[in-house]
Parts: sequence; C-alpha cells; structure tokens
Amino acid sequence: MRARGLRLAGLAAAVVAVHLAAGWAGKPFYLTQLTMAGYYTLVAVGLSLLMGFAGQISLGHAAFFAIGGYTSAVLTTLDLTAWRGGWAGALLDRAGLLFAHPDATGATVVSVHPWAAAVLAVALAAAVAALIGVPALRLKGHYLAMATLGFGTMVIAVLVGTERLGAADGLSGVPPFPLWGEVVIGGARAGRVANYYVAWGLVVAAMWLLGNLVESRVGRALRAIHGAEDAAASMGIDVGRFKLATLVISAALAAVGGVGLTHLTAGIGPGEASVMKSVRYLAVVAVGGMGSLWGTLATSALLTFLSLRGTFGTFDDAVFAVILLSVMLFSPDGVLAFRPGGAVKALLGRLRPAPGTEGP
Amino acid sequence: MTTALVLQYVVAGLTYGTIYAVVGVGFNIVYSATGIINFAQGEFVMLGGMTAVTLAAYLPLPLAIALAVLVTMAAGALVEVAFIRWLHRPSVLRMVIITIGVSLVLREVALHLWGQQVRALPYFTGDEVSALEIGGARVSPQVLWSLGTCLLIVAALWLFFQRTALGRQMRACAQGREAAALCGVPTRNLVTLAFALSAGIGALAGCVVSPITYTSYGIGTGLAIKGFTVAVLGGLGNSFAAVGAGFLVGLLEALSVSLFPAAYKDVISVGLLLAILFLRPAGLFGSRERARLEAT
Repeated sequence: MRARGLRLAGLAAAVVAVHLAAGWAGKPFYLTQLTMAGYYTLVAVGLSLLMGFAGQISLGHAAFFAIGGYTSAVLTTLDLTAWRGGWAGALLDRAGLLFAHPDATGATVVSVHPWAAAVLAVALAAAVAALIGVPALRLKGHYLAMATLGFGTMVIAVLVGTERLGAADGLSGVPPFPLWGEVVIGGARAGRVANYYVAWGLVVAAMWLLGNLVESRVGRALRAIHGAEDAAASMGIDVGRFKLATLVISAALAAVGGVGLTHLTAGIGPGEASVMKSVRYLAVVAVGGMGSLWGTLATSALLTFLSLRGTFGTFDDAVFAVILLSVMLFSPDGVLAFRPGGAVKALLGRLRPAPGTEGP
Repeated sequence: MTTALVLQYVVAGLTYGTIYAVVGVGFNIVYSATGIINFAQGEFVMLGGMTAVTLAAYLPLPLAIALAVLVTMAAGALVEVAFIRWLHRPSVLRMVIITIGVSLVLREVALHLWGQQVRALPYFTGDEVSALEIGGARVSPQVLWSLGTCLLIVAALWLFFQRTALGRQMRACAQGREAAALCGVPTRNLVTLAFALSAGIGALAGCVVSPITYTSYGIGTGLAIKGFTVAVLGGLGNSFAAVGAGFLVGLLEALSVSLFPAAYKDVISVGLLLAILFLRPAGLFGSRERARLEAT
C-alpha cells in the first residue's frame, strides 16, 4: 500500500516537474500536447487493465473514446432555445441542466450543461460496453479480437454515415467545460496550465482508483482469472461478471478521455474512432507491458506526446505499427521484460529491493 | 422494386461476394494449417491489386497480373518466415496482435509507395460502359470475369487439395500436425506454402475485381473483417463453405442498400458478423472449433 502511495506522489511530482521544466525550457506550448496526451493516457491505462488483468483483447477501444466525445459534443451543441419556454425546459433549467453559451456565429444558444452531458456520455459508453460485452466476452481468442475490431468499424461507419454527427468532418463548436470558478476545459491559451493540471489530475485519480481496484478482492480475482480461468471459476469466482465489469470500467475511462479531449479541442472527428487509433492504444499497452498500469502510463505519455508533436512526421502510424509488431515479436511482456541475455532484467533486479521487502 | 433492379443488386452482390469468398477461403487455408487467424489477409488483396496496377503501366495486362500474384505470394511467404515461423508456441493473443501489426505495416508501406489515391486496372474486355443484357439487368463483362475467376480459383484449390501429393500433405497437416510431421511431412514449409497460397488467391481476386470495386491502400481491414465473417459463417476451417457464405454476405450487403442508406453498408455486414459470433459461432455448416468459452 505504501509503495503505491509513493508512486502516486511520484507521479504528481513528475507532473509538476514537467510543467516547471517546460517553463524553464521556454516551451510552455508543450503543455498543450501534454494535456492531450493525458486524455489519451486515460484510454491506455483502461485498456491495460482490461488486457493485463482480465486477459481480454480489445481492438475497439477508440470507439468508446469516440462515443464519449461525440455524446458530449452533440449534447453541448444542441439548440434547446425553443424548449426553454416550455415546462420541460423550465424544469431542466431549474435543475441547472441547461447551459447558455455563444455558438460559432456568436449568437447565444442553450444546450445541455457539460456536466450533465459528460455523465450521460460516460454512462452511454459504459452501457454500450455492457451490451456488447455480455455476448462478446463469451468469445475467446481471435473471435473476440475480430468482434471488437468489427464493433470499432461499425462505430466509424455510423459516425461517417450520419449527417447529424457531422459525417466525415465531425463536430465542432463544442463549448468549454466549466469546472469551477475560472477553470474550464477548453482551448483558450490563458487556461493552458490549468488544463494541463486538470488532465493529469484525472490521470492521477484514475491511477489511484485502478490501483485500489487491482489490490482489492476484485484485483485478486482478476489475476486469478488471467492466470488460470478454469481454476478461478472452480474457486467460485464469477469469471464472466468480473470480465464484464472490467470492460465496463475500461470503456467508461476511455469515454472520460473522449469527453475531456472534445472540450479541450472544441470538437471531435471520426478519426478518433479509427482502427489505427485503437491499435495505437494497443501498442502503448504492449510496450508498457500488459497488466503494468505504470508501464502503460509512462509509454503512453511519452509516445503520445512525441506523436502529437509531429516527431514521426508522415511515418506516425507506421511507427506505432512497427513498435507494436517488434514488441510482440521480441518481448511480448513489454519492453522492460526484454532481455538480451537477461542483462536488462538483471540490472533492474539489482536496482529493486529484494522480493518481500516491498509490495508489488 | 422491379425484377431488373433486384437483378442489378444481385449482380453487385455477387461481385463483392467474389472477393469476400476468396478472402474467406484464404483465412481457412491459413487457419487449417496453423490455427492462426491471419488478420493481414485483406492486405494481400490490396497488395495484389496495387502491384498489378503499377506493373500494368509497363507490361501487358495478363503478364502484369501474373507477376503481381507472384509478388504477393512472395510477400505472403515472407510474412510467415519473418514473423511467424520462428516463434515458439506463441499464445493466440500474441499471434492476433502480431498479424494485426503485420497488416498495419503492409498498409503503411502501401501508403508510402502508392499514396492515398484510389486505383483500378483497366476493364479486361470492353470498358466501364459496355454491358451485357441479362434478364433486363445490365451486367458488366468484368462481373463475369470476377465470377469465373473465383470459380476457377476454387476448382483449382479443390484439385490441389484432393489430387496432388502436396495438397494431401497440407490436409494431413491440418488434421494433425504432429502426426503429419511423424510421417515425414515438412509441416513448417507447408505453413509457409499456406501463407503464399492464401496471399496468391487474394491477390488474383484483388486484380480481377479492381476495375469495379477499385483498390487503395486502406481496403485491407474492411476486407479482413468481411472475409472473416464469411469464414465463420461457413464454419471456420471448413474450406469451401466460405464460398457460399461469401456470396450470401455480398448479396445481403447489396440488398441492404435498398433498405438502408448506402453509408451504413458496412454496419450491416459487421452486424451480421457479431450476430453470427454471438448466436451461431460454429457457422452454418459447422466447424471443428468452438468460438465460445463454455462455463462462463
């Protein structure tokens, strides 16, 4: 337990250190990409939980991200002005669920409040996950992989084919998300630092929650399932229920990332749901080591930041594909498990205290 | 709907069905030999089509297609040798991710070689407006080329598997790998052959339908999903049942366009995949493997 507290504190310290370093280096604009990387990292750690602990592959995680983002975008750009006068509108208004904001033309429109929209968005992603999870998690191996891949392409086809969802252009004009006081999730330059802390605050919170989960009874059950499913089932673990719960949690986390990024960039496009995006999350998890939430966190932050900075140029997707392929070929347990002659592992073993003196 | 219109949809369905059928058969060939689902199966169709388009600029069409098929077969064999052959008892999860990685790498290579442009081979006979009147529907001669080639591929494969020593060895390998190896069958090389074969038929089909369906660097994933749908519908490992299933999916997809907006065409076929997986994972004609876990 203490080790985990230290890690969380270390993460928080690293977040602050990166902020200060960006300031000293005279590159405060790095924070914008780091903020975006934070939201994508939420998806990656959720997928890491699903793959590493429940042993389930998902090739459709970008779809959950997009479901979150699109739901938020639709609800917060709806024009409910005409409704406001009616009894339903008045009721919603009194409940604080309506939100007046300027649209692209500068006129004031009334839409669903971002908080309510976010709750609905995450709930919708979780519901969809539960809906497809019940039958899908009964599948195994390549059937499950193909089913999730199919689910992902279905979501893209719906997004691109629906005029109301902006078709190939996606949605724009999403208002900033008012958190408290002056702090909003939005693209304004003045809010850059605040946004950075909001995104990474969410990541720290997610790591704390997932850490609790993994070390609880649920986590032990999941590890037992991953180790030997039949044995776990015979010990009375409801394997199906735990797998489903993990999928739902991981989809909800992806949706939170989608909501955040959509408000930050004031819009979302169908590209966010693409197969390539799903594979990027997969690559990040593979590099970090499946089931290693902290490894996933580190690789996601680094790779996503570099990618958003445009470091890989036109080879952006290719880099992720090659990384995924090489890791799975040479070191399927993540880069930290790579051992040409065991050298790396021996080195790490020397740095780590002997087993037993510290929790996992 | 008039009869002619229905017929028009049927023709369109059969054309797309051709390519789904061939990709489905390709899945089965590799699956039978290895137990692997090769997620890069659709990429071979793309590679074949794109290579042929490039070669057709310098060579006569039949030669360009033949060469493109050979090149794609070599690529298929290379994929197996480079990424699969030397792995020691890989888990299913690992194999899935590796073949996905391969498919994306092939796709990115194609993107950098050929760009995002959509391409097509010229029509084999006539051009895009020439058509035969069949029962009031206008049918491009290319449709007949596609159907004919598909049937030819299936017949040739059947002969290969039934009548040649190599084909028999591959069937033996599919039924029991260790037993086949004990009888002196070079199982490893046969796996390479399975990859080359599935790549070759995919490439050939990709060439023949390209005048109608066009080809571009990104078509592989969609074809893989539909080819897999077809393979599962027919019963995974049930080699030739995929052909019938391929035409069925092509027809359903084409007819769905008359009921739903065309943009949702892919939703229909993927919905079908999910429905089959959830309701009838052994396919219409039965499969040796179960898609579902039992006790959970």
